[in-house]
Amino acid sequence: MKEDDKFKEEVNLDKLSDDENIILDAMGLNGSSRRKFLKQVSTASLGIYASSFFTSELFASTMKDLPENTTALLNEIKVNLRVNEMVKPLTLDSRTSLLDALRERLGLTGTKKGCDHGQCGACTVIIDGKRNLSCLTLAATCEGKEITTVEGLAKNSEMHPMQQAFLKHDGFQCGYCTPGQICSAIALLEEAKNGEASYVTEDLKTIKSGLTLSEEEIRERMSGNICRCGAYNNIVQAFKEVHSGDNEMPTWEFATQEQMNKAKNA
Amino acid sequence: MRPFKYTGAQNKDQALQAFTATSHYLGGGTNLVDLMKEDVERPDQLIDINNLDYKKITSNDKGGLTLGAMLSNSETANHPEVRTNYPLLSMAMLSAATAQIRNMASNGGNLLQRTRCPYFFEVSMPCNKREPGSGCGALNGMNALHAIFGYSDSCIATNPSDMCVALAAIGATVEVQQTDGSSRMIVFTDLHRLPGDRPEKDTTLMQGELITAIHLPKPEFSDHYYYLKIRERSSYAFALVSVAAGLQVKSGVITKVGLAMGGVAHIPWKLTKAEGFLAGKKPTSENFKAAAALEMKDAKPFEANTYKVEMGKNAIVRALTQAYEREV
Ligand SMILES: Cc1cc2nc3c(=O)[nH]c(=O)nc-3n(C[C@H](O)[C@H](O)[C@H](O)COP(=O)(O)OP(=O)(O)OC[C@H]3O[C@@H](n4cnc5c(N)ncnc54)[C@H](O)[C@@H]3O)c2cc1C
Ligand code: SF4
Ligand code: FES
Ligand code: FES
Repeated sequence: MKEDDKFKEEVNLDKLSDDENIILDAMGLNGSSRRKFLKQVSTASLGIYASSFFTSELFASTMKDLPENTTALLNEIKVNLRVNEMVKPLTLDSRTSLLDALRERLGLTGTKKGCDHGQCGACTVIIDGKRNLSCLTLAATCEGKEITTVEGLAKNSEMHPMQQAFLKHDGFQCGYCTPGQICSAIALLEEAKNGEASYVTEDLKTIKSGLTLSEEEIRERMSGNICRCGAYNNIVQAFKEVHSGDNEMPTWEFATQEQMNKAKNA
Repeated sequence: MRPFKYTGAQNKDQALQAFTATSHYLGGGTNLVDLMKEDVERPDQLIDINNLDYKKITSNDKGGLTLGAMLSNSETANHPEVRTNYPLLSMAMLSAATAQIRNMASNGGNLLQRTRCPYFFEVSMPCNKREPGSGCGALNGMNALHAIFGYSDSCIATNPSDMCVALAAIGATVEVQQTDGSSRMIVFTDLHRLPGDRPEKDTTLMQGELITAIHLPKPEFSDHYYYLKIRERSSYAFALVSVAAGLQVKSGVITKVGLAMGGVAHIPWKLTKAEGFLAGKKPTSENFKAAAALEMKDAKPFEANTYKVEMGKNAIVRALTQAYEREV
């Protein structure tokens, strides 16, 4: 029996549909890594992760499929876009945003267009180690820069710990803001390591590197990524797990009458 | 967005030479690209100045710091020297926008960001600032977010920058390069202008002038500082009203005050009356209240923004109190 089939028999509690199996195959998750993965994830959420993963797997072929050049561009510019450790020379209309170049020319549709005006964070990518908004970045300005999108986070079929934590903690509902949230959260890990301050940091003068961020700090620092589904609590929890190893699952209960009264009179 | 020619400048001479009357310099693009998408700004050339070598923070001969115009807002706000000596500036800059936008936004671009008046952004609406002579939509329209000081019938918009409010309180100087190769210094409070009958002109810069640096005086408010920003949600929003407060207190007496307000005028609004009142007085809540009342009595709100008067008064008192009571 093939390792794969054996596994399917073993975990019949996770009755996978054909589609789901195809997704897992495409992700290259077999045997024990598939088992580990499934333990972390409810299969219902597989599609969300897979959509971006697929793009990554198909990156090379997708890029070939899209037209190299459009004819007679007004104000054409040439730029070598270095995305997820691959370089692609592009000829573009000078008006092209990095977001549109990624999505429309490189087929990297993991990065999302929410507002296209800097107001939501869905288009967040990491440029030279810093989180940026790709919708307000002109592709023309990206020559020589190292761009990382959500498709570039997994390494050797292993999700980035932040991706794993988002899955584990259900840090999403519809998933639209998720690629931006994850890129933003990963960049924030570095900012905390470097001891960067935020508006809610109590003392700007004595701040040291290697910060452990409080919940208030995390919320302030992640405020550039709006989640229309309101998955904020779980996003904070996911971030905490990777950032400080705090993997406590949040619990909730109905407010008591006493607590309700207190809130009303506050 | 309308078509434009993209010119990547490698140094200031290239940038200045490429400049034409219909060009714009491109900093982080967080304001300019947005406004071009809205068809509000219509340059036919963008001169990318991101490779210009104005990315350092150095000591200046006034005993203060000089901030390069092309440094990002986050690099500036988080620079150890800025945080230690000008925490008021760091705090104001960190209150603005989001980590992503602060990473992109340049110091020069921040000073020149345009108003967030909704009529200015919507090309189907009248707006003297966008289209001189078309009228001011906000004057008799939705003006809850608008000015209570220094406006004219042609424009009642406010300046949206948080960084500028702190710079007005601290008292900075802006260095610019002119297209003929010479340079000049502009006292920070002279950079922005009141709308008068030319609201299309936000600043006193001449065409093609390039901001290269911001000079800060020797640090005076590194112990007692606070930037209070009041907004409709607690993060990722522009100020309804904001106050930058810096105090120097010696032997229980205020020896130096820096106070400015955002969200209330076409320019970062320096609170000269309150500053004058407080100098030499004791840092008591009575004095803070009196200073705030003195400043706000000249406010001339509109129907929808009368709230800003009371809010402004309270904000001044609170910012001063927080600044004073901060543990040194
Ligand atoms: C969603 C959103 C929320 C925001 N919230 C806040 C907030 O809460 N508080 C706040 O203060 N700001 C806020 N901002 C505004 C942001 O701070 C500004 O857009 C930013 O500082 C502008 O800098 P930039 O380098 O991107 O400028 P650009 O957009 O590149 O340029 C702005 C203008 O300045 C000119 N220019 C740029 N650099 C120079 C130079 N060196 N010399 C001469 N001219 C120059 C350009 O030609 C252009 O006209 C927000 C922006 C967005 C999109
Ligand atoms: S307030 Fe100024 S910016 Fe707003 S509509 Fe009137 S003229 Fe335009
Ligand atoms: S799409 Fe870029 S911020 Fe919303
Ligand atoms: S998960 Fe739906 S917008 Fe965040």
